[in-house]
Amino acid sequence: MSAHAELLTRMAVTLVVLLVAAPMLVWVERRLLARFQLRLGPNRVGPFGILQTVADALKLLTKEDWVPPFADPVPYVVAPMILGITVLGAFAVVPFTASGAIVDLDVGLLFFLAMSSVGVYSVMLAGVASNSKYAMLGAVRAAAQMISYELAMGLSLASIVLIAGSFNLHDIVVAQQGLPYVVIQPFAFVVFVIAGLAELKRAPFDLPEAENEIVAGFHTEYSSMKFALFFLGEYLGMILIGAIATTVFLGGGNGPFLPAPVWFAIKVGLFIYLFIWARATLPRFRYDHLMAFGWKVLLPVALLNLMVTGALVVARTAGS
Amino acid sequence: MAAAPAVLESLASRLGDQAVAVQATKDDIPTAWVPRDQVHAALAWLAADSDDHYRVLYDLTAIDERHRQAREAGENGNGRRGDFTLVYHLMSYSANADVRLKVALEGEYPSAPTVSDIWPSANWYEREVFDMFGIGFDGHPCLRRILMPLDWEGHPLRKEHPARATEMEPYRLPEEQFAAHEEALRFRPHEWGLSDGDWASSNLPDDSNAVPEGDTDYLFLNLGPNHPGTHGLLRLILKLDGERIVDVIPDIGFHHRGAEKMAEQQTFHTYIPYTDRIDYLSGVNNNLAYLLAVEKLSGTQVPERAQVIRVLLCELFRVASHLVWIGTFGHDVGAISPVFFTFTDREKLFDVVEAITGGRMHPAWLRIGGVAMDLPNGWRPLLDEFLKGFEKRLKEYEQLLIGNPIFRARTRGVGVISLDEAIEWGVTGPNLRACGFEWDFRKKRPYSGYDQFDFEIPTADGGDCLARSAVRFEEIRQSLRIIRQAADNMPAGDYIADDHTSMPPARAETMVNIETLIHHFVGVSWGFTIPAGEAHAGIEAPKGNNGYYIVADGGPSPYRLRIRTPSFVHMQILPRLARGGLIADLITILGSIDYVLADIDR
Repeated sequence: MSAHAELLTRMAVTLVVLLVAAPMLVWVERRLLARFQLRLGPNRVGPFGILQTVADALKLLTKEDWVPPFADPVPYVVAPMILGITVLGAFAVVPFTASGAIVDLDVGLLFFLAMSSVGVYSVMLAGVASNSKYAMLGAVRAAAQMISYELAMGLSLASIVLIAGSFNLHDIVVAQQGLPYVVIQPFAFVVFVIAGLAELKRAPFDLPEAENEIVAGFHTEYSSMKFALFFLGEYLGMILIGAIATTVFLGGGNGPFLPAPVWFAIKVGLFIYLFIWARATLPRFRYDHLMAFGWKVLLPVALLNLMVTGALVVARTAGS
Repeated sequence: MAAAPAVLESLASRLGDQAVAVQATKDDIPTAWVPRDQVHAALAWLAADSDDHYRVLYDLTAIDERHRQAREAGENGNGRRGDFTLVYHLMSYSANADVRLKVALEGEYPSAPTVSDIWPSANWYEREVFDMFGIGFDGHPCLRRILMPLDWEGHPLRKEHPARATEMEPYRLPEEQFAAHEEALRFRPHEWGLSDGDWASSNLPDDSNAVPEGDTDYLFLNLGPNHPGTHGLLRLILKLDGERIVDVIPDIGFHHRGAEKMAEQQTFHTYIPYTDRIDYLSGVNNNLAYLLAVEKLSGTQVPERAQVIRVLLCELFRVASHLVWIGTFGHDVGAISPVFFTFTDREKLFDVVEAITGGRMHPAWLRIGGVAMDLPNGWRPLLDEFLKGFEKRLKEYEQLLIGNPIFRARTRGVGVISLDEAIEWGVTGPNLRACGFEWDFRKKRPYSGYDQFDFEIPTADGGDCLARSAVRFEEIRQSLRIIRQAADNMPAGDYIADDHTSMPPARAETMVNIETLIHHFVGVSWGFTIPAGEAHAGIEAPKGNNGYYIVADGGPSPYRLRIRTPSFVHMQILPRLARGGLIADLITILGSIDYVLADIDR
């Protein structure tokens, strides 16, 4: 009974935190981006403009919920739902407290990778179901990009699994109590962050939504709440990648004095800052450069890292 | 521009003395009338075999002569003017010379042979002449309207076509007409010269990335007119194979406001604000191009102080225009931050401009014979405020863009044009200098005192987007040099010429002298008359060579005013640059060309 209650409490708290954090993140991004660009950002609605996203969400909610007559209705409606479900679902295994995540899955990391792979479907379905040329172009680009970079991401995480000896995210956090893995796996860290950016379709990998080229890419034909779901899914994804990076490389909630969730939030915050900073500064990759970079640079680096890590781990266990 | 009419003598010796009738003009360009059946041979000879090699078709336009008043024989060529005149303006880089051929055409809707086989750039010029005058061109590959809607009736620049809305019927759109409009807008690929399935008509360059022949399904995509990446209302019809561009056809004319027709309704003086809005980022540069032509017609000498003030403002606007380019081009390739930085700098620049002229982007501040007012007290500290720290910030912007590897990957080798092609198509300005050709009209054909300033002409090699970017950054630095020199060495003196045949006398005098008041009143209300004649003036505008060709008939308004803009030429070569590339490259190329839609469409 109390185990169930605890589970439900955790789920509720997590859900509430996330559903508040994602709009907050929109506000953070707009203010931070503005500061990078020597301007203020939204500061009118609510103190410091905090309620700006609430206002935007209300606007989106009151918009006409329209399915284009030329679109395929079922996948059109289902696509954003898939995104929401996969991203929120992946948070079930993120250990942001000292006692672990909502669910203590022994294949936690694999679960995260699987969820992000399913997320590709949402993009593909959205683009194809929209039945519009721009959306199709965007969807094809996005799918190819996400699939290519997921490989590198998975391989970089595989090195960590070798060292930690487990897919369980809580175990990985516990294993970093001496030293966070970023110190001993810097290459995997860099590969993961870059691949994560590509996975999120954020700058400099935001070709699928490059406004100047293909209007709005795969979500061109979306409006109101369905668009809001895509939007929110992107920001939740940012938090997710930041959370996984924190868990796997920075030691999750480990740290002196402050409770684990606070440390976790601080570390995730660092990654969020990094992502926004990258968006403010870098131009966007062209499609073929992006693919070349993913396949010819990131993938070999991740593979090499995995091989070397494997060799070292074997040597260590053989030696001891 | 000092080619003696030796070129015309050589032409006469080729075609026969009867065929070439020299006409005197108010600029130094050798001008001659040639019969219709010999013009193609004459132009071909001038382009290829003459000593001067007039490789550039600078401009091709027409004049509707049917309402002419002035018909002096010596001035305007033996009264050989027909109903319409075709004007071919050629330019030679090797001899730094121009030549102008005019052809008299008879009849209500005459025709002439096309010259698009000599110069590929004649294509759009001839389409515009057809659109505006109804003159046909035999042998033209695709003679359709270019600026006006395809179902427009009438040809606007003809003298019988109404100019004002009040001269036309009230606009009504009944159902059948709406349906007809919609039907006319329906996209049929073959009408645009795009075939549906074969490669033969695509003129693909020899490209190892070219997709081999076979039956492929092409995707026709409209980029625009509503599109965030086209910097305005421009429609590009893309024929795509996946993401690779097989062909692209620009559909221009959405921004056409009839500037050339308006010139015939306005006086020389009141037309000045219209020129600001042609290239709306260049402000005063447009005024200067127009007024240099008018001053040639009226014979006005501009005092030295006015010239330096003009140079100062022109260079300030060049910096402003390039700052916009940095921001928008960066944004096109995905760098979303530099636009805010450059616009902040531009605000400081506009503080200076506003203090001096009263306006920001459209000051309309130059006048016939000088400038509207003298520089205000305190202009120098404002200018210094703008210049302070700007070069350091410019270096940062350069690092953000040109120093960034992603940017370099996006722009190197993209949209390459060779120097020969650039010259053939009439490319001017930074786009030409990016091919390694050191040509700047401020240096080669100095105007408004530019020969007294010390500055360099930046060039770059490669003719790709990266080269064009590098040239523009360096041009800003050179402009800053000129601005500093102009500010440091501002001569004392009059800010406007004392010639009251072409501009109003000073207000102070009108308060004490009744004659002056009458003169002022008549001149401002009726318009000062500029003596009959024709003249052309071209300047190095921020985008390229901007030229105004004015035909004056002895009245208060121009009889014909032709605006030759650089962006029109640059948009025409877009297919040449973009074919075989990806859509992402197309956006990069569009940004790197630095065009302004009002400049294309006028």
